[in-house]
Amino acid sequence: MESLRKGLQRTRQSFFGRIAQTLGTTEIDEDTWDEIEGLLIQADVGVDTTVKLVGRVRSRVSREGLIKQAQVQRALKEELRGLLDDPPPLNLSGRDLSVIFIVGVNGSGKTTSIGKMAYRLKNAGRNPMIAAGDTFRAAAIEQLQLWGERAGVPVVAGLPNSDPGAVVYDAAQAARSRGHDLLIVDTAGRLHTKFNLMQELTKIRSVIGKVIPDAPHETLLVLDGTTGQNALSQARHFQEAVNVTGAVVTKLDSTAKGGMVFAIYQELKLPVHYIGVGEGITDLLFFNPDQFVDSLFDENGRS
Amino acid sequence: MFESLTERLQEVFDQLAGRGKLTEDDVDKAMREVRMALLEADVNLKVAKDFIARVKARAVGAEVTKNLNPAQQVVKIVHEELIATLGEAGRLNLSGPSPRVIMMVGLQGSGKTTTAAKLALHLRRQNKRPYLIAADTYRPAAVDQLVTLAKQISVPYWEEGITVAPPEIVRHGLQAARDADASVVIVDTAGRLQIDESMMAELAAIKALADPAEILLVADAMTGQEAVRIAEGFDTQLDITGLVLTKVDGDARGGAAISMRAVTGVPIKFLATGEKLDALEVFHPDRLASRILGMGDILSLIEKAEQTFDAREAEKLQRKMLRNEFTLEDFRQQMQQVKRLGPIGQLLDMIPGVGRLTKDVDMSEAELQFKKIEAIINSMTARERRDPRLLNASRKRRVAQGSGTTVQDVNMLLKQFRQMQNMMQQIGKGRLPKIPGMFG
Ligand SMILES: Nc1nc2c(ncn2[C@@H]2O[C@H](COP(=O)(O)OP(=O)(O)O)[C@@H](O)[C@H]2O)c(=O)[nH]1
Ligand SMILES: [Mg+2]
Repeated sequence: MESLRKGLQRTRQSFFGRIAQTLGTTEIDEDTWDEIEGLLIQADVGVDTTVKLVGRVRSRVSREGLIKQAQVQRALKEELRGLLDDPPPLNLSGRDLSVIFIVGVNGSGKTTSIGKMAYRLKNAGRNPMIAAGDTFRAAAIEQLQLWGERAGVPVVAGLPNSDPGAVVYDAAQAARSRGHDLLIVDTAGRLHTKFNLMQELTKIRSVIGKVIPDAPHETLLVLDGTTGQNALSQARHFQEAVNVTGAVVTKLDSTAKGGMVFAIYQELKLPVHYIGVGEGITDLLFFNPDQFVDSLFDENGRS
Repeated sequence: MFESLTERLQEVFDQLAGRGKLTEDDVDKAMREVRMALLEADVNLKVAKDFIARVKARAVGAEVTKNLNPAQQVVKIVHEELIATLGEAGRLNLSGPSPRVIMMVGLQGSGKTTTAAKLALHLRRQNKRPYLIAADTYRPAAVDQLVTLAKQISVPYWEEGITVAPPEIVRHGLQAARDADASVVIVDTAGRLQIDESMMAELAAIKALADPAEILLVADAMTGQEAVRIAEGFDTQLDITGLVLTKVDGDARGGAAISMRAVTGVPIKFLATGEKLDALEVFHPDRLASRILGMGDILSLIEKAEQTFDAREAEKLQRKMLRNEFTLEDFRQQMQQVKRLGPIGQLLDMIPGVGRLTKDVDMSEAELQFKKIEAIINSMTARERRDPRLLNASRKRRVAQGSGTTVQDVNMLLKQFRQMQNMMQQIGKGRLPKIPGMFG
């Protein structure tokens, strides 16, 4: 909880704090709406979603005869919350070996999130193994191995520049034969517009399925929280290539707002499962939409 | 990366074109669209507002007096303002006593390490003597990453593992660089948030002892509204001297470039356009502005082609073309060269007018087409390649079978090849086909 506060505090104060202020002190007029619109835009909520959202709050204000600032604030909060659902539990049980496949653009935080996730799931009683599917980026294997050591989770790796499909195949075999109940697969970062690299990802995914039927059971897209509207394009492309089942949003300890989450959920119904709030091994939290929206509005950090 | 903004502006101006004079109402409508486009492109809200205000002030005043069609007038103003906002062409300032120091700073995951190596390669190609210092002791294996890259490009480097404090590493590294007679030292630092006080203090300490000629803020082209706060934060605490925009080869609309430039006033110096270590381009505001406006980026394409093509080969090819001795064999070789330039989609976007036409074309489809053509030519005998007229029905069937295509495909290729030969003949006679352009 402390961590979430840490991660969201700035967002709250600099952005929704200002909305709260706007709504709390002045009468609603055109400027108020402009301001709200502007603030949503600056939170990376996106033009379309912002216009829709403000439209809905506006019509509620007139339909329900809202006049008090607090009422309007509650309506806005409800509409924001209404854009998200509770994420379903991760589909990781009910079988001997479950597989999480991790994808995303370069530098979004895949490897770091895998380290945190492995640590977290291990503490929850799982017996994870990690596959070093990024054979491309210089020293990516070493980076993942260090995270494996930190988390106390074994890492299966091949040689730099070797075929990632082969590494993942070996890892899947190893995880099964050594009795692990969870395999987390790292992949090289790639821009979603690169046809060949996306094809490679599709191939890696199918290799996993060859060893373990129905796998991967979760395919998580790791999104950098400081990304703007391009996040939606990333989500679309990755979903098309590897049937993404959910997202992890990193770097929410920055001053970025992560507002693109709303549009991504609206358009693609991709639930956010985790958020990253720092570089430490414990800086990974479950995404809780209530808390997310609530904390955004709560200036004192009590929710 | 700027396609979408381009499309949006073009749509706006298509609507305006064909109507008489621009009224203030028209300008307002256009500006609303431009504003939306800028926001969708992740241009910061305040930056977009200022930009629009400048364009509008000039647009309303200018249209009555000039002879240009009003839409052209607005495009021209937007274009000029974009260039003005993007600022002067970025050049590294490396004057002063050797070795000069370049510090790479930025958020986590923005691409500092890769860019440091790219920059070293870029400088070496300019006959400088670059040297790399690995001062990111925080991110696991960041030192290994830089060392691996340095070895790949054979650039000397300094590393001391992760137990020494980064300012100390830099101090030692600078001494080593001097001993090695390096002329430019590039310091790779750990990614950090601009609000992280102790980490920012560490950068200040490095700056104080290294007296860098350049402090380059490396930022992801996909950055959203946050770009302004990042740029402001690093600039107020360190006085950055330039910006490097990375991952420009994606489809991000790249408003971050405009935002960061606008709030810091420091020039954009490089664009990083791929994972390969030579994928670093010198920034040109006019080109970027032109690209934003859909006027293409033909200059970048030419420059890229010049770097990639073997100059002598190209000359030989050109002579052949003009003498109309261009064969399918040459065609195949040329295709191989084009392929070395990068993905087709990226190339087409650089050509004026084409970016828009290819909007709906599936680029993967284009790549497949490319492979198909290659397969067909590969299945021909050397004689057939030199003289396609030899290809009768049975030979065509053989080629189709050998390349896994159909006779129809083979016919199509031959037809296209004939058209190309015709075009070349015309070029040879000095009749260049007209390229559609905005102000053409
Ligand atoms: N501040 C912060 N940094 C993060 C977070 N997640 C990852 N990072 C950093 O982002 C950078 C890129 O992460 P990495 O896992 O290597 O990305 P990958 O290329 O997607 O595997 C590293 O410097 C990480 O330490 C986060 O939640 N907060
Ligand atoms: Mg990685």
